[in-house]
Amino acid sequence: MADEAHGDEGGLVFHPLDQFIIKPLFGDGPIHWYTVTNSTLWMAIAVLCIVLLLVTGTRKRQMVPGRTQSVAELLYGFVYKMVEDVTGKEGAKYFPYILTVFLFILFANYLALLPMSFSPTSQFAVTAVLGVGVFVIVTVLGFVLNGPAFLALFWMKDAPLVLRPVIALIELISYFVRPLSHSIRLAGNIMAGHAVLKVFAGFAAIAAISPVSILAIVAIYGLEVLVAGIQAYVFTILTCVYLKDALHPSH
Amino acid sequence: MEGDIAQMGQFVGAGMAAIGSGAAAIGVGHVAGNYLAGALRNPSAAASQTATLFIGLAFAEALGIFAFLVALLLMFAV
Repeated sequence: MADEAHGDEGGLVFHPLDQFIIKPLFGDGPIHWYTVTNSTLWMAIAVLCIVLLLVTGTRKRQMVPGRTQSVAELLYGFVYKMVEDVTGKEGAKYFPYILTVFLFILFANYLALLPMSFSPTSQFAVTAVLGVGVFVIVTVLGFVLNGPAFLALFWMKDAPLVLRPVIALIELISYFVRPLSHSIRLAGNIMAGHAVLKVFAGFAAIAAISPVSILAIVAIYGLEVLVAGIQAYVFTILTCVYLKDALHPSH
Repeated sequence: MEGDIAQMGQFVGAGMAAIGSGAAAIGVGHVAGNYLAGALRNPSAAASQTATLFIGLAFAEALGIFAFLVALLLMFAV
């Protein structure tokens, strides 16, 4: 169906969503769960970059940090402060997980902005694993730490008694929509941004408007650099907010 | 013929779903504008509220992304 939509008559040169097609790296057989694809490759590159940054950043530690050490310290301090601000002192125990999630999304987002690269975070499968992972961890943690008192999250003590069941229902629904909105926000943002870039790239093939569309690509690319950072930040801070619910469900 | 009408419905529906993006834009602008208005009145409190700002922006924006998702589903999955 997708091929008929943008037809032979005057459509774009390429389809803007073609960039999200998953291809196996070696050969072109069917894709199994263990097949190495372009998505796997770029996730691996992201992880490799993070390891490289953190290992070289902390190898020769100095009182006056060098460039790599500064960047590593900046990221570490930024996330640590965020976790501590939102969840309090008790939340600092879960800081490693949050730093891992943040760095992975940040690096995947920024590497995806390189030309010819692939964006793993634009795949709903990838972000769904991240989002559902956070959801499961927070729910299990909430019940382990608080026992049945975790359900106080849905029972508003300061609301009028008549309204409490209604509020509880709404809270329950919004609690279970969390993994969905959490993961779709990231994938949707990245996917929409990259699709817009490709749409303007398609317009650049038409001679009359190509200067305008090239300028537009530059502007949108700048916006995408901003969005890539903000989405990583938003995903992480929402993880912190959900974690706070698990740690202190009563308020 | 029936296929054509179904396809037209797909496209019209996808286009109408795009209205949702505009609605989300209003919401995001509202959040950011109110933050700025508050921040200019009390600049010393602004820095501590940036996290809240981003959470608000994220929630407002997520609903626009849902509209985008509906458009995508109509175009490619139906």
